[in-house]
Amino acid sequence: MLRKLFPHPLLTLVLTAVWVMLVNVLTLNAVVFGLILGTIVPLVTAAYWPDRPKLRSPVKIVEYILVVLWDICVANVQVAMLILFKRNADLKSTFVTVPLELRTPEAITVLAGTITMTPGTVSADLSEDGSSLLVHCLHAPDPVGTVHDIKSRYERRLKEIFE
Amino acid sequence: MILDYVIAALLVIAGFFGLVGSFGLLKLPDQMTRLHAPTKATTLGVGGVLIASMVYFFGVAGTLSFHELMITLFLFLAAPITAFFIARVQLRNHVAERDLPNPAREGTRWAGHLGQDSSSD
Repeated sequence: MLRKLFPHPLLTLVLTAVWVMLVNVLTLNAVVFGLILGTIVPLVTAAYWPDRPKLRSPVKIVEYILVVLWDICVANVQVAMLILFKRNADLKSTFVTVPLELRTPEAITVLAGTITMTPGTVSADLSEDGSSLLVHCLHAPDPVGTVHDIKSRYERRLKEIFE
Repeated sequence: MILDYVIAALLVIAGFFGLVGSFGLLKLPDQMTRLHAPTKATTLGVGGVLIASMVYFFGVAGTLSFHELMITLFLFLAAPITAFFIARVQLRNHVAERDLPNPAREGTRWAGHLGQDSSSD
């Protein structure tokens, strides 16, 4: 019964928190309406979330977010340098294949999003069996090193969080 | 007073990165490389304005505002997905499958090229 009413308890909590922050004042009114939304939205969208992603260790999630935020700041400076000071002819932009060890769709989605937000890389496609990610690099003199960075910096952490 | 300097600095940084992102759109040579400019530079550009806004409302007006956090959250959800869609359309319509590196496992194809004959463009 409870499982039926709240198919995704975490999603319910997140939606309630998001609603309260959108309203921008912490009142009972906002919390109650947030809870109503947090109950209805997971029920309506349950078909798109067949499984509950299991999240391990909140500390690791915070660590991951901080690492990504730091990398985004570095990414911005690096990409700005490339745009401003590198001639187009000198840019070694290329596609690389990142073989994935992650299996859950949620983890792969987070990894793809992270890749897009960080230094000079955009995730462009996924193989049909979900075993590799196609990544475009703006400037990659060392493609093997880029793949290694992605795997050791992000995929390893996500594996600890999701699997 | 110091707060004013911090807010001003954040706004200037944000403006700089916004400008570089827009300049990158003009300068970079093709569709795929042009994708890099807005997804990076504009993110910190918008991020800087949002942090400045939070600092202003917390320090000067004395209220804690969560709207900026929400905008950041939605931006971080939307930006990679938009980039992914644009990249995929570009790949499917303008890049031949043989010009891409192969997926790591034998016998599978990139999802964006499914339904297309692999020998043609």
